[in-house]
Amino acid sequence: MNLSKIVLTAAALALSPVAAYAIDISGAGATFPYPIYAKWADAYKKETGNGLNYQSIGSGGGIKQIKAKTVTFGATDAPLPGKELDESGLAQFPAVMGAIVPVVNLEGIKPGELTLDGPTVANIYLGAIKSWDDPAIAKLNPNTKLPKQAIVPVRRSDGSGTTYNFAYYLAEISPEWKSKVGVSTALQWPVGIGAKGNEGVAGNVAQTKGSIGYVEYAYAKQNKLIHTKMINKAGKTVEPNATTFQAAAANADWKSVPGYGVILANQPGDQSWPMTAATWILLYKKPEKAAETAEALKFFAWSYAKGDKMAEELDYVPMPDNVVNDILKMWSADVKDGSGKPLYSPTN
Amino acid sequence: MEPSRGRDVSEVALKGADAPVAVAASRAAVLRRLRLTDMIFHGLTRGASLAVLALLGGVILSLVYGAAPALSTFGFGFLFDESWNPVTERFGALAPIFGTLVTSAIAMLIAVPVGLMIAFFLTELCPMMLRRPIGIAIELLAGIPSIIYGIWGLFVFAPFMQQYVQPLFIDSFANVPVLSTLFAGPPYGIGMFTAGLILAIMVLPFVTSISRDVFDAVPPVLKEAAYGVGCTTWEVFRYVVLPYTRIGVIGGFMLGLGRALGETMAVTFVIGNAHHVSASLFAPGTTISASIANEFTEAVGDLYTSSLIALGLILFFITFCVLAIARYLLLRLQKQGGK
Repeated sequence: MNLSKIVLTAAALALSPVAAYAIDISGAGATFPYPIYAKWADAYKKETGNGLNYQSIGSGGGIKQIKAKTVTFGATDAPLPGKELDESGLAQFPAVMGAIVPVVNLEGIKPGELTLDGPTVANIYLGAIKSWDDPAIAKLNPNTKLPKQAIVPVRRSDGSGTTYNFAYYLAEISPEWKSKVGVSTALQWPVGIGAKGNEGVAGNVAQTKGSIGYVEYAYAKQNKLIHTKMINKAGKTVEPNATTFQAAAANADWKSVPGYGVILANQPGDQSWPMTAATWILLYKKPEKAAETAEALKFFAWSYAKGDKMAEELDYVPMPDNVVNDILKMWSADVKDGSGKPLYSPTN
Repeated sequence: MEPSRGRDVSEVALKGADAPVAVAASRAAVLRRLRLTDMIFHGLTRGASLAVLALLGGVILSLVYGAAPALSTFGFGFLFDESWNPVTERFGALAPIFGTLVTSAIAMLIAVPVGLMIAFFLTELCPMMLRRPIGIAIELLAGIPSIIYGIWGLFVFAPFMQQYVQPLFIDSFANVPVLSTLFAGPPYGIGMFTAGLILAIMVLPFVTSISRDVFDAVPPVLKEAAYGVGCTTWEVFRYVVLPYTRIGVIGGFMLGLGRALGETMAVTFVIGNAHHVSASLFAPGTTISASIANEFTEAVGDLYTSSLIALGLILFFITFCVLAIARYLLLRLQKQGGK
């Protein structure tokens, strides 16, 4: 046996496992969509044998990880602006939508019994409204007996896409919020107590009498927290449910912002829930590891095609078909390997 | 079969008289081997100690390196600025430093007297039958993981504080000048006071078990003599036991304080994680370690991350100062004792 033969055999041995084993797609980021990604990944693995390893470390972490190229895709609830996407060569597209709901802990108040509006929520978190029997709340709830009790605003202590979307909504509604607090994943909160993660806020609201918090809808439902109704942009009172979330999504103009970075807060329409939010995926347009990105795209194409029912079961809102078609076209046009060949085509 | 080393040596020693020349050579060989193993052992122990120094140096260097952007941007003002605004990227460490010191102070104020009393009771007054159960119970407290304290604090202790203890304090002290500010509402349940109480429970076992051990070491003759000349139990405790054991007691105090300053998980659950400096102990606050644990993974931007690392550096410095003060106190006490 000559030398080149040995080298070839060794190379074949070294490479063969890559071909033989299924590929694991790696992703990291937002906690908000974690339940649905986990469910999709489970079903996808059963169907194709390919697994998805998703670490829900938070949106900020997801952005850091994809920029450090340690994962195939990053996930974020706060979209990156078009300029930043172009500079770093990232493609961004929404995966699924969900909603944020205010939750309260008040003696004798049942879910959906209390109604709030944007300015009131903003004033509670600004510290201007301090007690539950404040005239502003009483005016919105003429038939409810409100206790003379201090309001305990609960908010996130970690950076969070949920906070970003919540603050974005409050800034739309309240000029005072916009100038005093602003919009970011982490804020300088004027009042209230901080808790880590959606589950932390849910836990604190459940334990603290007179508290109010904001969580992703699934967490409110699973923890049986008392959600409130909201008055939307059209001035109508709406309940948080699949219908009002979808109504908000339907009115969005996805093409108006680069990278589909539309914030769904305060959307027009009689039925629209005012605190609806999308969550995004980030991946490289010209990835170094093209095969892995191609697998990730296959996974998301599968989730758009077959994941709608699973999303609805967990109270997320699937992306509308016309938006999905547009995203698939964007993939074919923008996401390419080193030789310029598209990594996604509708047939593979 | 290889003979064991011990036998080797003794055989050489015994046979020494019979065959001087051959034995001298083999004895030298054995001694050389022994010297070699000793040298290796020396080297290993020295290496282990130096590794600790290198590790400490590495931690300090990386903290300073990581904190440099924040410290050069904000300068010394970083220490005295209350604002912590990720939106405008203006950060200050005043609130976390304040929270760390206040919660640790509350914890020590409660844990030290209570711990000393328990230790004295266990060593002097307790019936033999109860000694072991109480002692074991205290040690078990130290074995509970901090996350359990956190969860218990949030789910059981905080609601209890909010509904019963805090309203009582707020109402009773409403007209007392200083106390009305210290215990001002609204009752949130969680806040600096609750965090300090949880810390006190966590620190208690350290103070107690160390104090108990040193109290046990007091020679019975001293105590018996004191009782013999008519001292009360309190006087024996105050003028015999405490002076005799002060070094050990201060050691336990410092160990407890170290734990209180750095405790993260339990505090995060019950302190409220708000970057505010407030005169009221019932207000939510934050500590250095709680801020880092909460915000580090999601800190967007270099200045934000760097500010959190700078907080870590400050905690390191505070802990260092505490240790230094403890050493200084011990030194002074020893000198006084010598006079």
